[in-house]
Amino acid sequence: MIEKIIDANGLVFAFFVVGVIMYLSYLFSKKILNNKIPGAAIAIIIALGLAFLGDEKGVANLPYMGGMAILGGSMLRDFSVVATAMGVDVVKIKNAGFSGIISLLIGVTFSFTLGVLIAFFMGYSDPISLTTIGAGACTYIVGPVTGSALGASSEIIALSVATGVVKVVITSICTPLVAGKIGLNNPNSAMVFGGLIGTTSGVAAGLAATDEKLVPYGALTATFYTGLGCLLCPSVFYFIILAYFK
Amino acid sequence: MNIYGVALLAFCFLIGKITGTYLGSLIGLSGDIGGVGFSMFLLVFINSYLKSKNVNITKSENGVLFWSTMYIPIVVAMSASQNVKAAMLGGWLAVVAGVLVTIVAFMLVPLISSISKEDLSKKINQND
Repeated sequence: MIEKIIDANGLVFAFFVVGVIMYLSYLFSKKILNNKIPGAAIAIIIALGLAFLGDEKGVANLPYMGGMAILGGSMLRDFSVVATAMGVDVVKIKNAGFSGIISLLIGVTFSFTLGVLIAFFMGYSDPISLTTIGAGACTYIVGPVTGSALGASSEIIALSVATGVVKVVITSICTPLVAGKIGLNNPNSAMVFGGLIGTTSGVAAGLAATDEKLVPYGALTATFYTGLGCLLCPSVFYFIILAYFK
Repeated sequence: MNIYGVALLAFCFLIGKITGTYLGSLIGLSGDIGGVGFSMFLLVFINSYLKSKNVNITKSENGVLFWSTMYIPIVVAMSASQNVKAAMLGGWLAVVAGVLVTIVAFMLVPLISSISKEDLSKKINQND
């Protein structure tokens, strides 16, 4: 009886399940980790862990859980990612100026390149997988958006998400530790930092732990990063990879 | 109304997807080449155009803002429905790539801030 009802309303049940995961993750992040690792990263780590319980469709293979694949499908994901562009203010990129633009371009390009090289040396050679993992080295959004646009397999998409999440965790923990050494103590370097790292939740958490006042400057450039990554990775960067690895 | 914002979002989304997919087939590739990126830039463009014309879109904006706050929950659902068992074989890749990319980004911060500091002080001089 209950199974029937939940199967018929899978997407709604998925809203509930994800809500519970998010609530517990944010609670854990706040109370136990003292916000040192963002709740979003914890929630994604839990989700990747839950996916172990299933098979090729992760948790969606289990009874009751089919709706997770609908909620997490590429249509709603891309739709919500595009919606984040509403927070972007063109006037603000002018304030970020030259340093903001340079750091964004270098940030996306070098993260992608390094990701591709590491994937290549660890045994991946097909252009779609390389591009997807390189995109995951930008952020955990750019990875899956690029992967499903190009038709990458589910495990490669999972790897690209995991790569992006590792980046968030390292950024959140290490930023306050290295801030002094890399001169992260003024708005200009915070803007450069946001553009180079790009992963919004990691940049915000890392800067908050360093100096609360720097957060808006880092967030300013980081908001543009995902859009730029979603534009460049599946297009220009993919063509370059195709030229080298076909 | 919220639905105006959602409809605008849907419009930008579809135009971007169509552009990306046509661009792909034009070059002889199957797949969507940068569609989400095109959609995002289109939305930014339309949004700032409306604001510059002083069109009051606060209410419609809420429809878009709702979806933008849903992206983390959706990414959580997406992560939970991937083939993670198969991905475990390459799990080290995620750790190595994530760590190295972040460390190199840290090291680039002083380099690029030193280039742009001159730019910033130039700006300040111009204003004087």
